[in-house]
Parts: sequence; C-alpha cells; structure tokens
Amino acid sequence: MENAHSWDRAAVERIASALKDTPGALIIVLRRVQDTIGWVPADAVPVIAKILNLSRAEVHGVVTFYHDFRHQPPAKNVIKVCRAESCQAMGAIALAEHIKRRIGCDFGQTSADGAFTLDAIYCFGNCACSPAVMVNGKLFGRVTPARFDEEVPKVTAR
Amino acid sequence: MKTKIYIPCDSSAVSMGADDVARAIEREAAQLGIEIDIVRNGSRGLYWLEPMIELETPAGRIAYGPVQPHDAASFFRPEFLVSGEHPLRLGPPEEIPYLKNQERLTFARVGITDPVSLADYLAHGGYRGLDRALAMDGAQIVEEVTTSGLRGRGGAGFPAGIKWKTVEGVEAKQKYVVCNADEGDSGTFSDRMIMEGDPLVLIEGMTIAAISVGATRGYIYLRSEYPDALATLNDALEAARRSSYLGENIRGSGKTFDIEVVVGAGAYICGEETAMLESLEGKRGMVRFKPPLPAIAGLFGQPTVINNVITLASVPIILERGGEFYKDFGMGRSRGTIPIQLAGNVKRPGLIEKAFGVTLREIIYEYGGGTVTGRPVRAVQVGGPLGAYFPESMLDVALDYEAIAAKGGILGHGGIVVFDDSADLAQQARYAMEFCAIESCGKCTPCRIGSTRGMETIDRIIATRGAEKSECIELLRDLCDTMTAGSLCALGGLTPLPVTSALRHFPEDFGLDRDAKT
Repeated sequence: MENAHSWDRAAVERIASALKDTPGALIIVLRRVQDTIGWVPADAVPVIAKILNLSRAEVHGVVTFYHDFRHQPPAKNVIKVCRAESCQAMGAIALAEHIKRRIGCDFGQTSADGAFTLDAIYCFGNCACSPAVMVNGKLFGRVTPARFDEEVPKVTAR
Repeated sequence: MKTKIYIPCDSSAVSMGADDVARAIEREAAQLGIEIDIVRNGSRGLYWLEPMIELETPAGRIAYGPVQPHDAASFFRPEFLVSGEHPLRLGPPEEIPYLKNQERLTFARVGITDPVSLADYLAHGGYRGLDRALAMDGAQIVEEVTTSGLRGRGGAGFPAGIKWKTVEGVEAKQKYVVCNADEGDSGTFSDRMIMEGDPLVLIEGMTIAAISVGATRGYIYLRSEYPDALATLNDALEAARRSSYLGENIRGSGKTFDIEVVVGAGAYICGEETAMLESLEGKRGMVRFKPPLPAIAGLFGQPTVINNVITLASVPIILERGGEFYKDFGMGRSRGTIPIQLAGNVKRPGLIEKAFGVTLREIIYEYGGGTVTGRPVRAVQVGGPLGAYFPESMLDVALDYEAIAAKGGILGHGGIVVFDDSADLAQQARYAMEFCAIESCGKCTPCRIGSTRGMETIDRIIATRGAEKSECIELLRDLCDTMTAGSLCALGGLTPLPVTSALRHFPEDFGLDRDAKT
C-alpha cells in the first residue's frame, strides 16, 4: 500500500511554481496536479500552499470543496454514472444498481480488486441520449445494462 | 469532385457512435479508393436520429440517420450512388418538421458549419455583428441590446442591457467579461451544443460585450464534465486570434480583448455567478452577498459582465439584425427565442429553438412525440433540478418567464425532462433535497442543514401514516419556507420548488389521499 500511495513531489512543485504568479491559480494548479498524478495527496497540500503563498487551510478547503479532486488514487478504470433527473427518467437508477453489482463497489468507492472506481455525476449534458455513462473518458448514451456489459470490456483494462 | 460528408463531432452524437461511424466511412472510402471529405459538424439537435450524417449533393445536403458503423458500406454501393435511395434517408435536414418549425436565431449555424473553421463562420454570416459593433460606441451597443429585450438565459432572466449599462458606466482600470459555461442544470445541454457546434458565435458575443463596456479580459468558466467543449473552444479561440478577431487591435479597431477558458472542478454551485467568481479567483465556490453587484465589484473586485453562454451567443444576431428584429420574436416581457432542451422519457429528444410562447404541450407531443416508452406522460420537470414538477393537466402553460412563474415554476435554462407514469414523485422530491445536500456551498444554514433534514423528513412521510404523517408534512412545508426565505442563492432558495410541487400535484405518491390535497 505504501507504494500505491507514493506520489511525485517534484511534479507537484513544478506545476505550482509555473503558475504561482497567475491570479486565482489554486484551482488550475490542483487540476493540473490531478491530471498529472491522478489525485491530490493530502501531503501535497503544504507543498502547494508554500509555493502559492497560501495557508494550508486555504488549500485544504479548496481541495475538499470540489467534487473532482480525489483524495485517493483512482483505479485503473474510472466509471462515471449520471444520477440526474433526465437519466433517472430513462432508467439510470436500475442501471446504476447493475453497474455497482457488476464492478463490486458503490459510488465514491474503488472495487476491492482495485480495477474500478465508480463516481456519481450530476449531468454530462447528454440528456437527450439518457442514460449516460462515461468509462475512462469515453461517453456513452442510451446505456442499458446489456449495452454496458457489451461496451465496457472494449474500453477498460484489467 | 470529392463528396463532402458531414458527421457530427457533438459529444452526444459521439456517445451514440458518431466517431465510429466516421472511422468506418473513412475506411470504406479508402478501401474503394474513393476520395471523400469528412466534415465534423455540430449536431442539428435531432438527437433521436444521431448519429445523423449528411451528404452534400447537387440538390443540397441530404440527411441519413441514425447511422451505425456497419451501415458505412451501404453509402458506397453503386445502386445508392445512382439513386440516393437508402432505408435511413431522411431527406434535406431543414425539411424535417422538427427543424423546419423552429426559429433558429442563436443556433442558426449549429449543425451546418465546421465549428472551428473561421472561413465557414464568416461564410454563414459570422462576425457581421462585431463589424457593426465596431462602428458604434459602447453606449450605442448597450442600447441595441437593451432594445432587443434580451434577458439572461442562464435562468435568472435579468435584462442583459441593464447589466451591461452598469458596467459601462463604471470607471475602472480593468473590467472583465465572464461567460458562465457551468451548465450544471440536469436536462440542459444548449450551452454545450453552442460550445461544441458554433463556439465562434460565443466568442463574437463576448467580444461585442467587451468593446461595449470597455473590458479587455474575458473568461469562459467551463464545467469539467464538458471535455469536448474545452477542446473545441480552445481551437476556436486560436482561429479567432490568428485572424485578429481577438488579441490586440481587433480588426484594426484599436480595441484589445482576449479570452481564456477556465475549467471548473465539479461543483454545481459554481453556476451561481458569485460562487463562480470565487472559483475563478481560486477559492471555494462560496456564494457572495450582493450588493455589491458583480457589475460594480465582480472578478478580483473589478466591474464584470457575467452572462450565460446562450445570452452571449444571442448577441451577434442582435447586433447584426438590430434589437428591433430580435424583439419581434416572443411574447410579453420574454423577447426573442429560447433554445428549449427536451429530454428524459420522450420519443424525439433534442434542441428546439422557438420564440417564447410555445406551450409545454406542443413541445412534448408535437415535437417530442410523447414518451419513448409509449406510456402516458405523468410529470414534467421544467427548468432544471430546481424547477417545479408539473402534472399532465398543466401542460398548456406557455414557455415564457412570467407565464411559468404564474404556475408556480421557473423556466430556468430551458430544460424540460419528461417522466412517464412509472415515476415516483416522492422519490423525485427526496432526490431534490439530496442533490441540494450534496451541492450546497454551506454558507446558509437552511440550505446546508435543511436539505439533509428535508431528505429525512420525506423518508418519514413515506414510511408513516395518520397523525405522524401529517406532522411530517407540516414539518416539511415549514422547512421549505425556511429554505426559501433564508437562503442567499437559488440552490437553497429554489430546492423547495420541486419538493412542494411534487407534494401538491402528486400527493398519492407520498401516501396521501388525492382529495385531501392542499
């Protein structure tokens, strides 16, 4: 586990230093950190705070405010399921139950085998093709449990 | 001559396989040695037909859909090439009644042009509004927008001209134009369609706003759920810069303006304008007190025009054709057109741009064709997650800010979500509270705590009977009053709307006697 939770400190320092003079840089920095290393480690907070001349509380406050920022490294495969109304009207609740059973974890969790992280999303703007699911960045519309089972192996790694 | 084939790059079309269709057609053409020119256009908004492709012919563009990758070969068979006959043939797209009966002003080019081609944009009337604006002074531009009657399409419906006039009238070293592209309302996707399908119209609208108020910096605050829109916007910004439509000395006018896209981090509240400003400043998206108005002290404390994507994208045609032209569409105090987004359980979901005044019934049945499941329409939520649920019997209401408000709802950003008779409105009401609990910024107690208490109270209403149930309903009503009156912004203030409308119109779902409804 120690190894799984190690992170690239130099990368974080590089990102924060490059943006330290940009007005309102913090969210941009956090986004780049997550895009680069996959998550925002708690230990990176003081590093970022120091470079941006902010308090640790300010950085921690922002990291924990926004749903996108991950406090744990995600699994190899990230599945995002829309839970909003249009998708609900088209069977998203049953679909989400199917997906949870299939990959073996609930929203906000990573499966025990470490293969999948499941996120709840509130609208992809794909409401005209509800229900919507995103798998590893690829968006799918009018997803049924059967279509999920058929498409997901094509875009996921075990 | 190379045949032009239009295949949408719109992310909804792609979610139905448009990229795979494009690859299959490309492969088929290469195998046969036929030269084709694939243009990735926006979506026409006829989403039940996506992926809908269009072939350019001497008789104009002909649409086919929904096309799947395995259909690719059929478009190259000799008999098709001779006759044009095809089982998926839809005819000229603009003759499809769904599209033909619309009034497309803001969406005039969406689905027609290559979104990032400046040449296409110019060939289809682009930048005529800016050309005209550059010959006017700031006050004249504001006057034109005021005349048009354009109101904020993000949901609040505040007159754009008045907002601009305030910013124009303030002296400041630095002013900003911020485009709110945090389209968080579920059931809405018109901002996404503009940004993916005709981003230059948004850029032109922002540029006009900037020169009218004297702003030199612009931001598009884009939600992170729209990665395709980000890529398209950045390409379009680059195209505009290359031809001097952005940057220093725009088109030789001496005016300077440039735009940067900032991606949010997954917070519904950042669609609220002051929370968005906090987020742009790198902070938690906590709602600010007003006053001061952002028009006077907005981003980094400077005067800031904040408008939604559709509001800004409607500005170019107002400047091109004049405020009076735009004002001629619509009804009452709702002038111009509204891009209605029809979604949920409906046979023909899509984007319907109409003058204000069309009824919900026309939209759901004449355009939408009723439910896709074939069951009766039971409930319709209008205006996003903070909008009211209407029963079938109320669908004759006109889509107009005041008319919807008179029926106890909001028009919001123009999203309509249809539910059939399998919907459980008590669960929908519970979800509204749950969503508020998840997304509350936490500043106001009624929103932060009340939403969780609301969820629990609805659970108790469902689980109990008799006197205890009545007590819980009383409690829920009281809680909703507190949230409405005691929240700074629309999240806490309007979450009671879906809850109380569900309770009023669908009491049986809460285990109440319909006759005893209050």
